[in-house]
Amino acid sequence: MNTGFSLHDLAPLLPELILAAAASVLLVLELVLGKKAVLGLIGIAASAAAFAGLSMSGGAAFNGMFVSDPYSSQFKVIFLITAVLTILISLAYLPRKKAEQGEYYSLVLFATLGMMLMASARDLIVMYLGLELMALSTYILAGIMRHDRKSNEAALKYFLLGAFSSAVLLFGISLTYGTTTTTDLATIAARASASGPNPVALLGMGLMATAFCFKIAAAPFHMWAPDVYEGAPTSITAFMSVGPKAAGFAVLGRVFFIAFPGLQAEWTAILTVIAILSMAVGNILALVQTNIKRMLAYSSIAHAGYMLIGVIVGTNEGLSAILTYLLIYAFMNMGAFAVVILLEKGDTLQDYEGLAKSNPLAAAAMLVFMFSLTGIPPTAGFIGKFNLFLIAVNAGYAWLVVVAVIFSAISAYYYLRVVRNMYMKDRTEAARTHPAFSLGLALGIAVAMIFVIGIMPSVVLGR
Amino acid sequence: MDHSGFPLLSSIIGLPIAGAVVVLLLSRARAALIRWTALGFTIAAFLLSLPLYTGFVKTTPRMQFTETYSWVPAWNINYAVGVDGISVLFVLLSTILAVLCVTVSWTSITEKIKEFYAAVLLIEGAMIGVFCSLDMFLFYIFWEAMLIPMFILIGVWGGQNRVYAAIKFFLYTLVGSVLMLVGIMVLYFQTGKSFDIMKMMAANYPVDLQFILFWAFFAAFAVKVPMWPVHTWLPDAHTEAPTAGSVILAGILIKMGAYGFLRFSLPLFPDAARALAPVMMILSVIAIIYGGIICLGQTDIKRLIAYSSVSHMGFVTLGIFALNMQGIQGGIIQMVNHGIVTGALFLCIGIIYERTHTRKISDYGGVATALPIYASFFMVLTFASIGLPGTNGFVGEFLILLGGFTASKIMGVFAASGVIIGAGYMLWLYQRVFFQEVSQKLHGLRDLDMREVLTVAPLIVLVFWIGFYPVPVMSITDASVQQLIERVNKPVQPRLAQHQAEVSK
Repeated sequence: MNTGFSLHDLAPLLPELILAAAASVLLVLELVLGKKAVLGLIGIAASAAAFAGLSMSGGAAFNGMFVSDPYSSQFKVIFLITAVLTILISLAYLPRKKAEQGEYYSLVLFATLGMMLMASARDLIVMYLGLELMALSTYILAGIMRHDRKSNEAALKYFLLGAFSSAVLLFGISLTYGTTTTTDLATIAARASASGPNPVALLGMGLMATAFCFKIAAAPFHMWAPDVYEGAPTSITAFMSVGPKAAGFAVLGRVFFIAFPGLQAEWTAILTVIAILSMAVGNILALVQTNIKRMLAYSSIAHAGYMLIGVIVGTNEGLSAILTYLLIYAFMNMGAFAVVILLEKGDTLQDYEGLAKSNPLAAAAMLVFMFSLTGIPPTAGFIGKFNLFLIAVNAGYAWLVVVAVIFSAISAYYYLRVVRNMYMKDRTEAARTHPAFSLGLALGIAVAMIFVIGIMPSVVLGR
Repeated sequence: MDHSGFPLLSSIIGLPIAGAVVVLLLSRARAALIRWTALGFTIAAFLLSLPLYTGFVKTTPRMQFTETYSWVPAWNINYAVGVDGISVLFVLLSTILAVLCVTVSWTSITEKIKEFYAAVLLIEGAMIGVFCSLDMFLFYIFWEAMLIPMFILIGVWGGQNRVYAAIKFFLYTLVGSVLMLVGIMVLYFQTGKSFDIMKMMAANYPVDLQFILFWAFFAAFAVKVPMWPVHTWLPDAHTEAPTAGSVILAGILIKMGAYGFLRFSLPLFPDAARALAPVMMILSVIAIIYGGIICLGQTDIKRLIAYSSVSHMGFVTLGIFALNMQGIQGGIIQMVNHGIVTGALFLCIGIIYERTHTRKISDYGGVATALPIYASFFMVLTFASIGLPGTNGFVGEFLILLGGFTASKIMGVFAASGVIIGAGYMLWLYQRVFFQEVSQKLHGLRDLDMREVLTVAPLIVLVFWIGFYPVPVMSITDASVQQLIERVNKPVQPRLAQHQAEVSK
């Protein structure tokens, strides 16, 4: 084995290096710059540069521990879009909440970097490093409003449960290492198939599944999500609802497909139960929420349930359907949170009463996001679901698709409640909004993408 | 495309949608401009749809005015539109009713005018799209896209209980539709990864699959029609919707369910349709009689007319599942008739409600003395609803009963009794509202003005036209219905026999 280090190894890491450098520079710049918004703009520029670097980064590095392939690149596109949208919706929001810590933008970039490492990991150690980088950054971000008790509570809860899930993950990794004496994903598969079925390996896989399901907020490992989503700064809630979830799916797909193909029957069974449970818990508990951030938390649990179908299907088509879904989900979910941020008081469902009258544009945008989350054509949300379900039907999971569509019909009720409050109820005092160019830009991008993908699905489906 | 290469159908679908965008871009303050723009676009779409009638070749069951463009190559989806004898009438009905929906709302809608007309135009475009789609994916997009503006239309401009009605409407329809969506996906793979409706119609599916898919599609169509027992959204939605919404709902939207049976359930799953026809006929007869009896107990004019739709649509589905020429043709004509008559009745109710702000039957009385022109219009429509000879209602109900008796004598007898109940509740309504002493609330009310007369008159003309000379309407459907009947009643298909032989081995 060649253990020497060559500069050549760094080419596949180009986007990661750009982000790491930018995040570190931001940490220093924060000390000298008075205007924090500039830091955000630098963050956007760094993300754009990393995006440009993606196309030049193909190949493997560090003896195959890190790989930049189409699978990881597509996930990285989603992460970078999430990062840019997060910064856009944060620019005006942070000063308003007096939470403009300089580390904020740096931490967003570090978290994104962690996710990118996760997507590219072909080794359990790299995967774990990426996951911890992402997790630690988001713990801090969740609690960045230091004077807000709910924000502190959210951060602490997230940290405790997150640390617990990391421990479970490590336990799973060590059991797997114990049976195969390697952390390389492909070698695990080769050795496992050579040694035959093994209950310890099964346990290792199960523990890893648990930890990944924690990250994607799938039931029954979703308990943290509603509290953390509610307490964290809304911009970070938006970030958490998309980024770590997508990263969780990236490793779930990679690890299960490459390392545990021999246990496919087992993990398909486990994930089927988890998927149905997530759809049920997410959609049913969302019905009774009065806080919109909690409602969107349960909705994100339900969406994790839908997306798990793509893993259950067990083909590359299924994984690519998840990617498409996540991309669409990024736009519609970030968009919905952007509207929450736009409002002076936008946390409870009541705050949306009469919004159509006082601020028709914001209400119209929220209407689009809600119908897209429900999956009504001609919005992108429909295309995402359609793509995913079509592949599941092809793989013989029509019964699971029937379950999923029934739950998504149920979900219409709670999304409609927001629309009802905006359009069909009146309030004497108009809702106060804080329009800003950056926020408007994020909303515009999200609405435009939802219709572009909804009407011309070819832009995301390729071919 | 027509003979000169002009994309006629796409223009008829696209014009209202473009109109909605234009209306949304207009300044909120210029109410008159918004109204005239909406009217202009609906009239333009109506004028564009006329060549569909004049240029339609009645001798062929094939799709006409077809256009096909590749849309989503990854899924083999095409943007494909076209009309045959079954769908062309509904396109025409949609464009006519849309114009009237705009004129009837001229003074009654005073708030959020922009959004209102945009919603009406969007619904019009989507409705026409549903009737023209020759691709399952495209069909589903239009089918569902209509839900959003309709939800808004009922929920924002509706009556007292509008929010409840809007959400109920949305959820009922959505649950039905998503089950159909799964069915569509299964069909896609069964047809060799194609959403092409014409290809699906030519294919033969295994019988056991046909049964499953029939029920999946049934879920969507039965809710839309609505058939008993999934009709309960209809009285709420029709009653609470603003006049234009009620007209669209009664006139077109519920026809889409019956159209779905004709376009998909019968030709795609002929064996299942034949086997399940008795069940469908029983459900239809229950709807006819149950809907009629409920009407007798109503105290609200609008709700009474809404329930009468359940009964009338029962006739339509009875005709369709009689699976013979008279039944299906009668069903189609009755759908058109119901669109005209019930649409007009809702227009009339909207017109009087704008003056009195009450829909309670007991608040009225003596309207014939106070508003004679209005009363004569309403009388014609009452007779047409009952199915008096000379009106269009007679032609449709007669054909359906003929078809019904041919298929099953018992069903025919029960359905015929529904006609009598229909006469009962409509005449009783007319007597209570228009005769007797003039009610206090009616003093000083003016009769119809020119705009209102022009709104209702075209439909009255159609009532008599189809009533006295139904041949043009019937001859359009002839060839297509003939082909449909042959497809449905084809004895056990060769491939099916082979399949069964394999199974028995």
